[in-house]
Amino acid sequence: MKRFAALFNAIDQSTKTTVKVAALAEYFQEAPEEDRIWTIAIFSGRRPKRAVNTTRLREWGAEVAGIPLWLFEEAYPIVGDLAETIALVLPPPSTETDHGLTHWINALRDLSQVEEPERKTFVLDAWASLDPTQRFLFNKLLTGGFRIGVSQKLMTRALARATGKDEAEMAHRLMGDWDPATTTWSHLILEDDPAAHASRPYPFYLAYALEDEPENLGEPNDWQAEWKWDGIRGQLILRDGDHFVWSRGEELMTDRFPELARARDFIPDGTVLDGELLAWGEDAPQNFNALQKRIGRKTVPKKLLTEAPVILYAYDLLEWEGKDLRQTPLRERRATLETLCKSLPDDAPVKLSPTVGFESWNALAQTRATARDAQAEGLMLKRMDSPYLTGRKKGDWWKWKLDPLTIDAVMIYAQSGHGRRANLFTDFTFAVWNGNDLVPFTKAYSGLTDEEFRKITAWVKKNTQQRFGPVRQVTPHHVFEIAFEGIQASTRHKSGVALRFPRMSRWRHDKPVQEANSLDDLNEMLKIYG
Amino acid sequence: MSGALTFTPAGIYCPAGDFYIDPWKPVSRALITHGHADHARWGMESYLATDIAAPVMRHRLGDVSIETIGYGQRLQIGGATVSFHPAGHVPGSAQIRVEVAGEVWVASGDYKVVDDGLSTPFEPVKCHHFITESTFGLPVFRWQDQAVIAAQINEWWAGCASAGKTAFLGCYALGKAQRLMSMLNPEIGPILTHTAIENTNAVMRAQGVSLPDTIQASADFDHKAHSGGLVLAPPSALGSAWARKFGPQENAFASGWMALRGIRRRRAGDRGFVISDHADWSGLLSAITDTGAENIYVTHGYTEIFTRYLNDQGWNAQVLQTEFGGEDAEDEAA
Repeated sequence: MKRFAALFNAIDQSTKTTVKVAALAEYFQEAPEEDRIWTIAIFSGRRPKRAVNTTRLREWGAEVAGIPLWLFEEAYPIVGDLAETIALVLPPPSTETDHGLTHWINALRDLSQVEEPERKTFVLDAWASLDPTQRFLFNKLLTGGFRIGVSQKLMTRALARATGKDEAEMAHRLMGDWDPATTTWSHLILEDDPAAHASRPYPFYLAYALEDEPENLGEPNDWQAEWKWDGIRGQLILRDGDHFVWSRGEELMTDRFPELARARDFIPDGTVLDGELLAWGEDAPQNFNALQKRIGRKTVPKKLLTEAPVILYAYDLLEWEGKDLRQTPLRERRATLETLCKSLPDDAPVKLSPTVGFESWNALAQTRATARDAQAEGLMLKRMDSPYLTGRKKGDWWKWKLDPLTIDAVMIYAQSGHGRRANLFTDFTFAVWNGNDLVPFTKAYSGLTDEEFRKITAWVKKNTQQRFGPVRQVTPHHVFEIAFEGIQASTRHKSGVALRFPRMSRWRHDKPVQEANSLDDLNEMLKIYG
Repeated sequence: MSGALTFTPAGIYCPAGDFYIDPWKPVSRALITHGHADHARWGMESYLATDIAAPVMRHRLGDVSIETIGYGQRLQIGGATVSFHPAGHVPGSAQIRVEVAGEVWVASGDYKVVDDGLSTPFEPVKCHHFITESTFGLPVFRWQDQAVIAAQINEWWAGCASAGKTAFLGCYALGKAQRLMSMLNPEIGPILTHTAIENTNAVMRAQGVSLPDTIQASADFDHKAHSGGLVLAPPSALGSAWARKFGPQENAFASGWMALRGIRRRRAGDRGFVISDHADWSGLLSAITDTGAENIYVTHGYTEIFTRYLNDQGWNAQVLQTEFGGEDAEDEAA
């Protein structure tokens, strides 16, 4: 694990991409092949299952450190990470071992088979033999909470450098449903074996937000506009008589959306579609709330299948007749996609996401303003002659979203963050006026700069009225503009509303607390946009 | 609370001697533990501090009236017997012992119990009532030996130098900077300083503190002539226009807060070295134990948690609201 710890330190300590890529590339050349595979898996979020429950870990950690459990529990939110808290409170190691990463992962897998006393002995022995960084990593593996991600870009660049292969190919190889326990380095990275990769999706092309005026994109004729849907970005693969549904987060969702199986009846093998998974109404998409009921459900009751049937609203064709179309210009991909979709019956689970016609950027801006009526978040702009690129690349695809809705709210509770934001108050609850009362209606965590978080943290410390565990009630004083993408009625919230993607868009230093918005204002928004 | 020391809105007060210790409001007589800004404030009619702490205080506070006293020397102030004892925090820092009618109090200001090779080492003082800080009063803070940290810093510096980069080390200008200097291996390259740090160096050298050679990187500095150097600078100067003139560089911070990965990442430096002029968890506990005191007053830091732990362990501890702690996690230089 020393080598893995050294790699982790190199990545964790540096802010420079070149240093991280170099460290990874070196590791991918020198580490044992099985460790390489696990490293790719861990850094891309394919983490092993939790081997020991965290309650036991806290107890054992406190016990070995010789401190009362309450003290451990107080320190944990300040450190902001359980694995790190344990690593820090333990006494220095008394022995030394040098097992590799794979050894530890296998040992942890076997741990679930044994009784608790044996499990405890194993964990305590490991703690006694690992230095603080290795201990931290061991705890991360143990808790199954390994979220020390390395971006896909960094990883593929490092793999390309280590193997001399193409970056895009590496990105493609890492996609999909491979199991680090059974995959070999040679199989995943080196060998050419198309049959084994029927289910493998293409890396998604991701758009940047349009910040400039659209006029700067050039001639409207060169661009295609589509609605930007508020669903789940997905890829539907039809190969070898089978079908696969992937989310953008590389999650295989085939079983969650059984309606898509019927696509096989109408669409030939050797087809890959990119589009939005949406709950479909009579002849238009339903709002995100409808889809939300389906997310997270592995099996779907019949009633829900009729209430919120899911379709793929297709907007791109990545593979056709078994051929990778990604280098073909969008104009041609779109033409083939349209022909394909026209041939589908009305009740097919795949539909064509229409383009939005426009003569001028001005006219398109007016259309964009009506996006909410179309159940859309705004527009997508795509260059007609662009290939389908890998990852987030500037230039050919832009999202041109609607301006968010906003409301001015009063901060009433604060809680400290985790990880990078440990020790800072970053999680806040906001309220609006209802007569003389403040009614909480949303939480928000993001939108402020580090400097603003530091300021508000100092203020919270001095203006705490009451503590409820990690939560502090503060003097109602600060007003923040809360931006959000949508508003829905909700029985789970005291205020009766739930917001979509709330965040702090501005700290309204200029607004006295009395001038924050009211529950009536929120209800008015619910009427218009809900 | 009654006794030799009491706690007032202006600060810790001794009625028998009519003086304050590290007050945060202007008073007629202030006894000062050390020269950091949250302990030695401007506006007192008269100051009393150790002879080693006084020069830096004069440098920082300007033309003020400072009486000095040596470590261990006894002074009668009204009905109180007062003496200053090494706190090991920075050069000249003191714990102030106050005895009135047989009752002994010690106000320790900021302290660390390990010898940093620069400050007079911490000396335990027996007392009945002990006033302690708790900046790092959590069991997650555990410092490594200074030699281990020195090796880490020198290795990093040598790596920067061989890659043609300037190494920037962000640290507190008074105490930490000078301690770090004495840990550096001058064979690697020149030690360069930001003006704020060099000013403090000059004061300390003038009073006879032995520091390694340094070169001030002022406005007309020739960057090319000093390649492979390590620059000591206040954290706020890292990444500034002044710093960018040095060309390719790596940034590191030296502070006890660097023990926490979240803070390290928020700082977004290339490295974080865990070294503090405050006591770690076990340092706090051993210092408190060694005083033999039954009554403990916890000033700044993780006061509530630390106090609860002390009470759990049988001490009679309470939290004291003070205005100390300019060096807490927000400042991150401690």
